[in-house]
Amino acid sequence: MEHAMKRWHYIRNGSSLKLDSERCIGCSACLQVCPHQVFGMQGRKAQILDRDACMECGACARNCPVQALQVQPGVGCVAAILIGKLRGTAPTCECGGSKGGACC
Amino acid sequence: MLLTPVSAVKPPLAGYRKLSQLQKPYINGYLIRGLRQIPCMVSTVKFRDRLEHVGVQWGIRRNSYMVLPGLYAAGSPGRQSPVLVTANYKLSFDMLRRELAGLDVWLLVLDTTGVNVWCAAGKGSFGTAELLRKLQQTRLDELVDHRQLILPQLGAVGVSAPEVLRRSGWRIAWGPVRAADLKAFLAAGLQKTAGMSRVRFGLGDRLRVAPLEMVQAWPLPLAAVLAAALAAWLGGGRPWDYAWKTLLALGALWPLGSWLFPALLPVLPSRAFSVKGAVLGLLWALCMILLLQPGFWFALALILVSTSVTSFKAMNFTGATTFTSQTGAMLEVDKAIIPQLAGFAAAVVFAAIGFFAGFGV
Repeated sequence: MEHAMKRWHYIRNGSSLKLDSERCIGCSACLQVCPHQVFGMQGRKAQILDRDACMECGACARNCPVQALQVQPGVGCVAAILIGKLRGTAPTCECGGSKGGACC
Repeated sequence: MLLTPVSAVKPPLAGYRKLSQLQKPYINGYLIRGLRQIPCMVSTVKFRDRLEHVGVQWGIRRNSYMVLPGLYAAGSPGRQSPVLVTANYKLSFDMLRRELAGLDVWLLVLDTTGVNVWCAAGKGSFGTAELLRKLQQTRLDELVDHRQLILPQLGAVGVSAPEVLRRSGWRIAWGPVRAADLKAFLAAGLQKTAGMSRVRFGLGDRLRVAPLEMVQAWPLPLAAVLAAALAAWLGGGRPWDYAWKTLLALGALWPLGSWLFPALLPVLPSRAFSVKGAVLGLLWALCMILLLQPGFWFALALILVSTSVTSFKAMNFTGATTFTSQTGAMLEVDKAIIPQLAGFAAAVVFAAIGFFAGFGV
């Protein structure tokens, strides 16, 4: 099963993920929360193994205890980007309705 | 375990509004702990629930499909039993309670207004603040001797484990992505295999989002019908001939973009969804040209409309996937939107030439 699992990659260089190795304390929290196994451990430091698999969900940065990770989190949703462009705002999932926000 | 019928329970619970609201099909009694009654959830998912799940896949009640947030008991949990945390989207809740059959665990349900864990975490409602609030409201610390929570891994997008530990003393273990792996995860002493942490997007997953893709693309069949009517009107002598050919060639773009594109996602060339979609649209246009043998201008129009519409529809599928990033999606939009609009506009012009110059057929 394991070997047959597909690794998904979106646009090349389509991620804002940055890892500051100086700060990394090697706790491996990023490895535990990443949904696409972007990270690996090299000795006592985390490193980015598969940058193009990053979907910018932001879980690693939020759970890094020493702020060694930086990423601009957001939805990878073209509809949200187009709605944002039409309204002149940041990408938004709110497809109408006063409450909104429940469409993804 | 002490179970009492719903009607025998009187005092309201912390974290809940009214006890009468707790008379839900997924609760079958109350666990008594001191002065507290904690609702016990049913572990069987019934036919009616399954029917609802199919409905939600088609968009029915999708934005208001929720259970009451708060603390639940699965089985007969004690002071050492694990505590799981989830969102109050009923579809996720149902998957979870089915997997918890035979286990004794506490389940803390956060209020995400009926949005699933991952999306809610992205929007912040499945977040550090809501988790701390629910821990306080339900006074969970009175019920267990440990301080260990198990959260679904995808909740890490909104919940900061270091911050929760600092502010409340509760430790977070990140559980598996899928509820189906929970039993193995608990049995292994909260250890995950690599497969448990990875988000997949297999054929089954992709086809499960297809119905909603279809519902949300409702303007496509409408446009095809209008185009067919217009073609019949402009077509002169053979209105039905024009109508069915237009309806077939354009109407098929609806299932093509909603079902076939997700199904073929990994085999279509390029990483950009717009290119993948354009290729699929082009293939469809070529099939139709072979079958219907239109004249030059109509063939050109068909190629352009099929390619641009399917490309646009495909690009919008990014929102339903599990792996696309915002930076990538922005790069894609910037490159693809002008060619898509230009292609569509050119298709209209070429079709008009076909009709008015009489070169079409």
